[in-house]
Amino acid sequence: MKNLSKYLLAISVTFLFACGGGNTKQAEQISKPPQPKKVVDPYENWQQYQGVGPVKAFSLPAEIDQELAAKGKETYEAMCTACHKVDKKFIGPAPKDILTRRNPAWIMNMILAPEKMIIEDPIAKKLLGDYNGAPMANQNLTEEQARAILEYFRTL
Amino acid sequence: MKTSIRIHSLLMAGLAFLAMSCDQGNRAGNGALSSNIAEKVYIAPGERDEQYGFLSGGYSGNLTVYGLPSGRMFKEIPVFSQFPTSGYGYSEETKPMLNTSFGFVPWDDLHHPDISQTKGELDGRWIFANGNNTPRIARISLTTFETEEIIEVPNSAGNHSSSFITENTEYVVAGTRFSVPVPQRDMPISEYKSNFKGALTFIAVDPEHGHFNIKFQLIMPGFNYDLSHPGRDKSHGWFFFSTYNTEEANTLLEVNASQNDKDFIAAINWKKIEAYVNNGGGKKVPARYAHNVYDESTHTATSTIKEEVLTVDPSDVPGAIYFLPTPKSPHGCDVDPSGQYIIGSGKLSADITVHSFDKMLAAIDAKKFDGEAYGIPILNYDDILAGTVQSGGLGPLHTEFDGRGNAYTTFFISSEVVKWKLGTWEVIDRQPTFYSVGHLMIPGGNSRKPHGKYLVAMNKITKDRYLPTGPEMEHSAQIYDISGEKMQLLYDFPTHGEPHYAAGCDAELIVNNSKKIYRLDENKHPYAITSPAQAKVERKGNEVHIYMSTIRSHFTPDNIEGIKVGDKVYFHITNHEQDFDVPHGFSIIGQGTSEILIMPGQTKTSLWEPKRVGVWPFYCTDFCSALHQEMQGYVRVSPANANIELSWSLDE
Repeated sequence: MKNLSKYLLAISVTFLFACGGGNTKQAEQISKPPQPKKVVDPYENWQQYQGVGPVKAFSLPAEIDQELAAKGKETYEAMCTACHKVDKKFIGPAPKDILTRRNPAWIMNMILAPEKMIIEDPIAKKLLGDYNGAPMANQNLTEEQARAILEYFRTL
Repeated sequence: MKTSIRIHSLLMAGLAFLAMSCDQGNRAGNGALSSNIAEKVYIAPGERDEQYGFLSGGYSGNLTVYGLPSGRMFKEIPVFSQFPTSGYGYSEETKPMLNTSFGFVPWDDLHHPDISQTKGELDGRWIFANGNNTPRIARISLTTFETEEIIEVPNSAGNHSSSFITENTEYVVAGTRFSVPVPQRDMPISEYKSNFKGALTFIAVDPEHGHFNIKFQLIMPGFNYDLSHPGRDKSHGWFFFSTYNTEEANTLLEVNASQNDKDFIAAINWKKIEAYVNNGGGKKVPARYAHNVYDESTHTATSTIKEEVLTVDPSDVPGAIYFLPTPKSPHGCDVDPSGQYIIGSGKLSADITVHSFDKMLAAIDAKKFDGEAYGIPILNYDDILAGTVQSGGLGPLHTEFDGRGNAYTTFFISSEVVKWKLGTWEVIDRQPTFYSVGHLMIPGGNSRKPHGKYLVAMNKITKDRYLPTGPEMEHSAQIYDISGEKMQLLYDFPTHGEPHYAAGCDAELIVNNSKKIYRLDENKHPYAITSPAQAKVERKGNEVHIYMSTIRSHFTPDNIEGIKVGDKVYFHITNHEQDFDVPHGFSIIGQGTSEILIMPGQTKTSLWEPKRVGVWPFYCTDFCSALHQEMQGYVRVSPANANIELSWSLDE
């Protein structure tokens, strides 16, 4: 009885290896010791994050474009106020003074690609935790609309 | 000893299993593993089907959407039946869709889906379907996959030779199966003969919006108009209806309607009748029927009762209608892609009769008639016959085409699909179905240009095909690969309700036009709010209107007070999401209807009539985010005579 079980096991193992192949690589990976990571607070280092999405780093002109900001206000009120109040934490954070905490590209990427951001961007990841796990909704805005909202944020 | 035997066989089984799983090449054996059949229907996770199939749901009243070849069901589209899953027919916006001259009729028997065509080819804009019981025709958008329009058909009963379209979707045609007094009146049933009439209705379809308008009703003799199909290409301008009960029996039709050796296929030159009507022909008669239209920008349906219809007496348009004698109570009446052959399946026969359109025209030109019925000339069977398919089967019902010169006919009694060649009438192949096939569908098989790779057989009897589910079970469909000389059975799949016909097309015709969200800035619903700042509650007597919005994961407002017992409370909810596939649902305790499921950018209304004092919760019924469980609110209901002011709030 005992012998038979061993026999069975041996055969199974043989077949497993015969079928599998490519297991050595995994073994090598496991043998490497984990690298200790330096913990950095993404909020404090916000200037190095441009976010993950369609918008690349850019700098804003000195002057605020009031016409653009007015358009942005309109879109913001229709599409964002279900979760954001201008100067008060609500479902999500308040946008007032956001440019002292985030880069312009980061803000637009958060609007345009929130699903990607909460997975790949360290600030967005942390925000999701801090805001109760409520993910930012993708409101399917165009890049122009997101840019206008950013301009509106400058006026707050 | 016993133990070692058991272990030994276990070992052998284990070895056999491992050997098979390792050796991909060794596929000796029976069934799917012996060939590449499994690969033909296997759609890997994340990959998509090649074709859409839209299957009638029969007594479910709805239309189901499948992927082909996988047989996976994607959606059930509510058409003639209330549908608690989305709130169709329960929400205030969609209740009017089910209005009729008989009042609110929340069910029907949906039969024959047909996709819109341009120049005889499928264009993928709309799909039409008929309600058989309380005669209605529906138009469903293939952009939103929602029912957009339903028109009732007056003077009709058992709306069965419907809802087939002409080759540029000029008309959707609805013929009555049961003849009735026209107009309806109180009279003895036994006086059926020559008093009852069969109305064939031509509903014009607006080319831009698809809107319906009954152009005319042809008031035919009191036969049963069973099925129909349009002429196409060379026969475009004609429509063909099979008939039975030319005996005009009014009782025990099972026997009394099978007395004549031949019934008729009615050939109708609708272009001729259209011209007659356009020149002021026909007679306007009183009729009552509902016309219900859903407006995509207001997300709301309206129902209008119409009071009049234009009827045409066949004897007033000579040369427009002929009877083609067809043996044995023909059921299916199908036209091949060239428009030359009109196929009549005598359901009590073994053979399939094929009429020639050219011969029909020649006989008409030569005025070679074999008598008349109610003033309508009857052509001579032998003069118009193109050929007979000696099928060897029993009980032919329906025929579709592959565009390669072949026809495929279902046989109910002998439970099989028979492939035969147009022109030579020879049988090429036959395959059994499981069991007792009714309709069949080849995507595009009812057009000039079939997308003829697969054939779906829709069976009436399921028996042992699946794990048993008690006495009642879903029907069974089979999909066959018809790309080769022989049909190859690929797969079985259950269908919902009872499919009576189906329509299908290549996926590419629809995929890119399929709507993902409703745009908030295009929402013209009178109770929509485009920003949560507009949320409010208004009282008008005992009606209370709540303007509410949703986004992951809260309602605005979520605390409401000042509602009283006896109020009619309308929750008008706008979903402020603008992302694909993020609906929110709404339900409240004691709701006498169903939940409503609100798509992104859409507004829907649920009526709630609170009957008891208390504080009652409502919640989101569609799992919308990690905080879905938190998406809830309360309504305070006070006694009818209370003085509590209306108030509403969120996070205050």
